Amino acid sequence: MFLIEETDYGTPPSKSGRLVQLTIDGRALAVPEGTSIMRAAVTAGIHVPKLCATDSVNAFGSCRLCLVEIDGRPGTPASCTTPVAEGMVVRSQTERLKKLRRGVMELYISDHPLDCLTCAANGDCELQDMAGAVGLRDVRYGYAGENHLADVKDRSNPYFDYDPAKCIVCSRCVRACEEVQGTFALTIAGRAFGSRVSAGVNESFFDSECVSCGACVQACPTATLIEKTVVEAGQPEHSEVTTCAYCGVGCSFKAEMRGEEVVRMVPYKDGKANHGHSCVKGRFAWGYAQHKDRILKPMIRAKITDPWREVSWDEAFAYTASEFKRIQAKYGRGAIGGITSSRCTNEETYLVQKLVRHVFGNNNVDTCARVCHSPTGYGLKSTFGTSAGTQDFDSIEDADVIVVIGANPTDGHPVFASRMKKRLREGAKLIVIDPRRIDLVRMPHVEASYHLPLRPGTNVAVLTAMAHVVVTENLVAGDFVSARCEPDSFAEWTAFVAAPSRSPEATEELTGVPAEIVRNAARLYAKGPNSAVYYGLGVTEHSQGTTAVMAIANLAMATGNLGRPGVGVNPLRGQNNVQGSCDMGSFPHELTGYQHISDAKVRSLYESVWGKALDPEPGFRIPNMLDAAVSGRFKGIYIQGEDILQSDPNTQHVSAGLAAMECVVVHDLFLNETADYAHVFLPGSTFLEKDGTFTNAERRIQRVRKVMAPKAGLADWEVTLMLAEAIGIPMPYNHPSEVMDEIAALTPSFAGVSFDKIDALGSIQWPCNEKAPEGTPVMHIGSFVRGKGHFVLTEYIPTDEKTGPRYPLLLTTGRILSQYNVGAQTRRTPNVLWHHEDRLEIHPHDAEQRGIRDGDWVKLASRSGATSLRALVTDRVAPGVVYTTFHHPDTQTNVVTTDYSDWATSCPEYKVTAVEVSASNGPTEWQTAYQQLSARTRRIAEPAGAAE
Amino acid sequence: MSPDEKLVYSANQIAKFFAAQGETRAIAGVADHLQRFWDPTMRARLLELSERPNIALLDTVRKALPQLH
Repeated sequence: MFLIEETDYGTPPSKSGRLVQLTIDGRALAVPEGTSIMRAAVTAGIHVPKLCATDSVNAFGSCRLCLVEIDGRPGTPASCTTPVAEGMVVRSQTERLKKLRRGVMELYISDHPLDCLTCAANGDCELQDMAGAVGLRDVRYGYAGENHLADVKDRSNPYFDYDPAKCIVCSRCVRACEEVQGTFALTIAGRAFGSRVSAGVNESFFDSECVSCGACVQACPTATLIEKTVVEAGQPEHSEVTTCAYCGVGCSFKAEMRGEEVVRMVPYKDGKANHGHSCVKGRFAWGYAQHKDRILKPMIRAKITDPWREVSWDEAFAYTASEFKRIQAKYGRGAIGGITSSRCTNEETYLVQKLVRHVFGNNNVDTCARVCHSPTGYGLKSTFGTSAGTQDFDSIEDADVIVVIGANPTDGHPVFASRMKKRLREGAKLIVIDPRRIDLVRMPHVEASYHLPLRPGTNVAVLTAMAHVVVTENLVAGDFVSARCEPDSFAEWTAFVAAPSRSPEATEELTGVPAEIVRNAARLYAKGPNSAVYYGLGVTEHSQGTTAVMAIANLAMATGNLGRPGVGVNPLRGQNNVQGSCDMGSFPHELTGYQHISDAKVRSLYESVWGKALDPEPGFRIPNMLDAAVSGRFKGIYIQGEDILQSDPNTQHVSAGLAAMECVVVHDLFLNETADYAHVFLPGSTFLEKDGTFTNAERRIQRVRKVMAPKAGLADWEVTLMLAEAIGIPMPYNHPSEVMDEIAALTPSFAGVSFDKIDALGSIQWPCNEKAPEGTPVMHIGSFVRGKGHFVLTEYIPTDEKTGPRYPLLLTTGRILSQYNVGAQTRRTPNVLWHHEDRLEIHPHDAEQRGIRDGDWVKLASRSGATSLRALVTDRVAPGVVYTTFHHPDTQTNVVTTDYSDWATSCPEYKVTAVEVSASNGPTEWQTAYQQLSARTRRIAEPAGAAE
Repeated sequence: MSPDEKLVYSANQIAKFFAAQGETRAIAGVADHLQRFWDPTMRARLLELSERPNIALLDTVRKALPQLH
């Protein structure tokens, strides 16, 4: 094991395809035109001393350390800012250069603390390295002059320190904040000797606009900006490349270790999804993995009113197996089921669905995509032929028009948002379709051309109105449509959308979006020339979620925005492996790779490998399981890595369903809210404790690598195997790679995937098979997976969740940058400093009408239930709309959401709930009752003999 | 909504989506969707409910039910 050191080329690569020949220090080489001399030198193995240059940001030319001599040119130009030229002859090491560099270093070191031995960056400091590289032996100026050595540290950020005494004002942090992250929170305040890095306008890092992405820390060449964990633990000694376990961007990280202790997570430059960038969650919020709340011993209890009893793994498996067998004997084979986790690996997810289909003998398996992107699968499969986004993330570099619908990338998918912002700064146009004024609508150096602040629940009307404009204003890409799409469905669709009743003018009153804005947005999108749609749960979590996905697909086909870089239909997936959990056969009607369970040929292949007949009928979805439980027909469930009590809609219905079951098995890191109703708790393992793969939103399969032993003794995949064995139907595998081999054998789109190939290539985007042996970054080139693209009629059907005198406002829910999903992980990190409670955003007009002031406790009530939380008065939401997050169990926002769901997939209508908001003095009855239940059901009995 | 009410409501939702395609295709669409995505016990229950009085099932759903197997 060793520490992975990535080469810093000093400046970013050139994209030119033209090669330039030159000579550096006698070595002839050829590099792309536009490459800096510094970068060219590194490719030849020559490291010109540098301080202000790093390859994540553009060259700056301020430190004067990277000077070189060029034959035929006067002076000593900086190699970072000087591009190569044909026939150029460069010298990086001459007596003149040596003298100049030593002089520069003397100046730097004369105002730098000489505490290298006790400095946290000792062994990882570029200033120290450069002092060695230039042969610094003396500082002629002495150290008694004016200096910054007494400058005070800023320790306000929970994850990193800023020590101005060690700052050399190279501006790498400022440029990283601008160019890489796009937040512009940092600047250089003051002038000349007084120049200092400043967060905001003389604010602390914590109080500034800094989003703690870590780009500045990553860029810093000294100990000025440094992780607190490095200060505390020392420098790491080995590392492994792995994949973040937070959102669907799927950032690659180096887990830098000292023994089995994580010292820091450093974004990996070769990561194809993140290219060396990170966000506050992946970079810093991994402390939950070591949190004291983790449950490390299996526990069982006969009734949820009993305290938990710690038992051995063997006893837990035996008890669970016996209960599941008893239930099936008494209530029937279909009385139990399972839920796979989008936070677990592909291999673990595959094993849970195999456990249900092969061992339980039914198809009652579902996953959390039910409540997020199931409409994406249905909608894109119907129109294009496959259930996934069309592009890779790099595609955005070629986009001219970016449409963001029902997504908030700067909060939900921050690393991809940074790339989006970069492209927007380069000149791409932006259309935002969202009831809220999300940050992207207007932020530093980004401003949407059009913001369509539609009324929640009217996506289909707006998208169909845009299609009306495309068709009636002759903006259809005729060549694309005639070559690539079904003529009949296209003809029917054009007649449908062209109807006057579907025009922007006719729908303006119901959508709330001025017709002219819809028209202009449609024109901009259609004219591109490269237009790309990025969408999130604001599209899918509606009663017409699937219809809206189809409407987006229709628009993309009609305007020819598919099948090449820069375009496409791109669902921004919520959880780290939600794409993978869908790919792995987690839906009750589909096996791996979206092969329908009713397909006898597919089943036959599975049966030949698994050695047992499969039920040919679809099983229960999660809401069906809960309904069947309430009806007394569904009695047992194995839930791996999900917290349906907090994440699923209508909490009281979920709790009724769980309470009606006789054996609820929760397999998780923590005693989550669902575990209040559990009879068996199986301790889970974090992404740091197991091997496997995750698949991100761009279909990219990446390795998860074990860096420490499972704290509870077993990785999650092993737990599922042992449960199967206890039931009496073993599923023998020695390693997750063997599971992937089986997946590849059973799944045409994964046929070429193996751990060895992923290790060799770094990552693979499916489909990966004989036709595409190294994967498929952009789909539907030349033809759609289904052959011809299929247009679908998208009639707008209003939701039945209506506002009225009792519930006059519309609630929509979402997430915030610092928290993740139900918050089980992020609430157990210092991220709570940014967001320690869910807040209700309410427009000043609505707040004033109700006598509500900012910060007041309010009661949020719907037809389903009520909760209380504090108000945040803001015009970010439109009048009539309120918004909150669902990260905190004290709020349990989903006690308010309803049973209404998408017509095709049962994806809940989280984004539209009729509510009323009123002043409140404290928790609602439900909150009080739940807190009492929660305290009662989490008791753990003292082990026998513990008191002796 | 009770579980039975949800079944009826969901089936009607599906019918409303397919309605734009005309009655013949809508009936086929509803039948195909129920067959491919609904657990057989749910289909059977819907069939039972359809035979009860005062169940507000849309005509399209009623016409699709005989196509289920």
